[in-house]
Order: sequence, then structure tokens, then C-alpha cells
Amino acid sequence: MSQQPNSNPPQTGRYGAGFVPPKEAMEYNCADCGATNEIKSREPIRCRECGHRIMYKKRTKRMVQFEAR
Amino acid sequence: MAETYDRRRLVGILAERVTDVSSRDFPGHYPGEDHSWSLEKFRENLTVKIQRASSRSIEFDLVGVDASIANAFRRIIIAEVPTICIENVYVYNNTTVVADEILAQRIGLIPLNVDPKEMDMKLDEDSTDRNTIVFNLRLQCTRKPDAPKDSTVASELYENHELLSGHLVWEPAGEQAEVFSKNPPAPTNPNIVLAKLRPGQQVDITLHAVKGVGKDHAKFSPVATASYRLLPNIVIKKPIPPHLAEKFQKCFSPGVIHIDPRTNAVSVDEKNKRKDTVSREVLRHPEFEGHVELSRVRDFFLFNIESESAYPPQRLFPEAIAIMRGKLANIRRAAESLLDRPSGDTDVVMTDS
Repeated sequence: MSQQPNSNPPQTGRYGAGFVPPKEAMEYNCADCGATNEIKSREPIRCRECGHRIMYKKRTKRMVQFEAR
Repeated sequence: MAETYDRRRLVGILAERVTDVSSRDFPGHYPGEDHSWSLEKFRENLTVKIQRASSRSIEFDLVGVDASIANAFRRIIIAEVPTICIENVYVYNNTTVVADEILAQRIGLIPLNVDPKEMDMKLDEDSTDRNTIVFNLRLQCTRKPDAPKDSTVASELYENHELLSGHLVWEPAGEQAEVFSKNPPAPTNPNIVLAKLRPGQQVDITLHAVKGVGKDHAKFSPVATASYRLLPNIVIKKPIPPHLAEKFQKCFSPGVIHIDPRTNAVSVDEKNKRKDTVSREVLRHPEFEGHVELSRVRDFFLFNIESESAYPPQRLFPEAIAIMRGKLANIRRAAESLLDRPSGDTDVVMTDS
């Protein structure tokens, strides 16, 4: 099964370094056109490119571990 | 001249049943005959002969052993000869349509060209350069700037539209660069499609390969198939009438029955009779009743091994024998340690309470 590594990372480096931005602006992908949108809290959820109102959250930047089974 | 086999070695094949399936060459079965096992006799009877060998598979005859031994080797080849496979998958990014766990499972099945002799089994301890090989898998799909406008072919439109096993990049650790300098770790086949990508999608994965055996997971099995059959034996008891020769020939696999072009005399091709599938078609026709006897030779194993790993096919059987010998040495040591115990009744006594 997958597990989020809390201890014993296989490699040091990429993961864990600043994946939560300090500001409240988050990046989302538009469900219609795929453009990346920065949306702050309490802002209308609307794509800047096409006006679509459905957004997807981006994939976690954290490493996810799997067993190849 | 046709080779004849001792009747005791034959498994009879009749229209609706098989007879004499079990071997009977053990002490006390035939009155007045010595069938105690002896190394001398075994040596005399044992033959191994390679019939065909290629870079991927081998066919050979193993004659003069019991089915239990032949089967033990077959099972060891499938389940206990170790190979190297990817076991841990660390996904940093995967925006393809293939879900992480599916992709991880697919990556695990890639056969690697690493000789298992060069690596240790990883037993619960930490990863070292002796028991783990690290690969990186990074790919990003982009649009080709000069793609033809009306094209619908992915290879013309996009760069890196397929994630292939050939995209694995080995990352040497410690002494590995030296140990594997002659044969750098890579997939045996670089053209295995792992996922299909479209522009904007990417993968970034680190992989750890370890040594394992097939009984743990089938991905570690070194073979595609490892199987044996018994040698078919066809005996023509009465001459086949010339006008039925062709019909008789068609009852068997191609090449098994030879018809003399001049006299139409029918004979069994001794070299090709192993090709017969023993379909028993000939036993269905009343006109051939009593003309032919089908059987198989009980201790004549036609092995077929297809390697799908770093092992060349001819190395798999000796490897299985080495593993079997290791097991026997273990049993011997265990048995001998029983002898060293202080004498007296050491059986566990069950008490009522």
C-alpha cells in the first residue's frame, strides 16, 4: 500500500521543502481548459481564462511510496 | 531401427484411460529383483541431452529420474531461482492517466538484466549498494513545434508520448559503478510501454530494485515457462494397409509418421516422434484397431525452459540443481544434529490436564 513517509526517506532532498505556501493563494487546474489558476480564499471560484467554475486541486508535491506488487 | 523401451517404463495410453501411471521400481515390488537405490545404477541410467538452445529458450531431455525429481527441478526454476526486480516505487510526480499504484505494479514486472549473483538478498536490514539498485524514471510529454497540421498520430504530434522501460536511468551507488561496469543495470527489453502521455503530463519516480524469488511474487520468477512432457512412444503392431497410409499419417502430428514414397509402407519417424501431441485420434478409427499401441515413457522428460530474465536459458537448470543441493545440505545438517543429541526418549509426552 502507499504510505506517506514520516520517517526514513529513501533520499534526502526534494520532498518536504516548502510545499505549503505561506500565503493563502492556492493553485488549481481548470476542469475545462486546464489552465493553472491562483485562487485566494473567499475569492470567486472562476477560471481566469475561460470562466469555467469547476476547479481541480493539484496533486501533492510530497513523495508517495508504493510497493511494486 | 526403432528404439524399444522396457514395458515397465511405459505409461499406457488407451482410448479412454491411461494405465501404469506410477513408477514401480522400488524395493519389494517385483519379487526376487533388487531395486534398492544405488548411485552406480542411477549414473548408468541418467542422461541429459540438449535438443535445441537459443538465446531465450532451451529444450533438453532428462532421462532416468523419477517424476518427483524432475518436478522438483521444474518447481524450483519457477519459484526459487532468484532474480532482481523493482520492489519499491517512490512517486514524486505522476500526472498521467495511469494511477500511481497501477503504474507501480507495472514497473515491478519489468525484467532487469542484472545477474543475481552480483547481489545479496535484502533481509529486513537497511538498503546498501550490495542489495539495492536505484533507478530514476523522469519524463515529460510536450508538443512538437514542427508537427504536421493535419496529423492525428501521437508520435508525430508529441515528444515523449510513451513512457517506456528504456527510460529507466540507473543511478550507481557506492561500489556499483565498478561491479556493474561491464553490464550496466537496465531492462532486458527497452520497448515495454508503461504509460501513454499527452502534453503537460509528466512522471518523476525513483525506483529501488532488490533480489527476490518467485514464490514471494511472480515478478521474481526467472522464466516465462518451465515445463516438461513425457516422450511419446508409438509402436505399430501390424503393417498399415497402403491405401490407409495417408489417413494413418494424419492421425498424428506432422512429421511423426513416415510413408515410404515407393511402397507406401508406414513407419514411425524415430527422431520426430517426440513432436506428437498424443491426441489419440488414431484410436478412434476402427480400421486401425490393434494396429498401433500408444504410450509414453515414464522417466523420459522433455524439458522446455524459456528464460525471461538475466539468466541465459542454459544456466537455469544448473541453478535449480544448486538450490536443491542447498536444501538437501540443510536437511542433512538438521538430521545429523538429531544424532548429536543426548540419547534417551526426547519425544514430547502429551499429558492430560
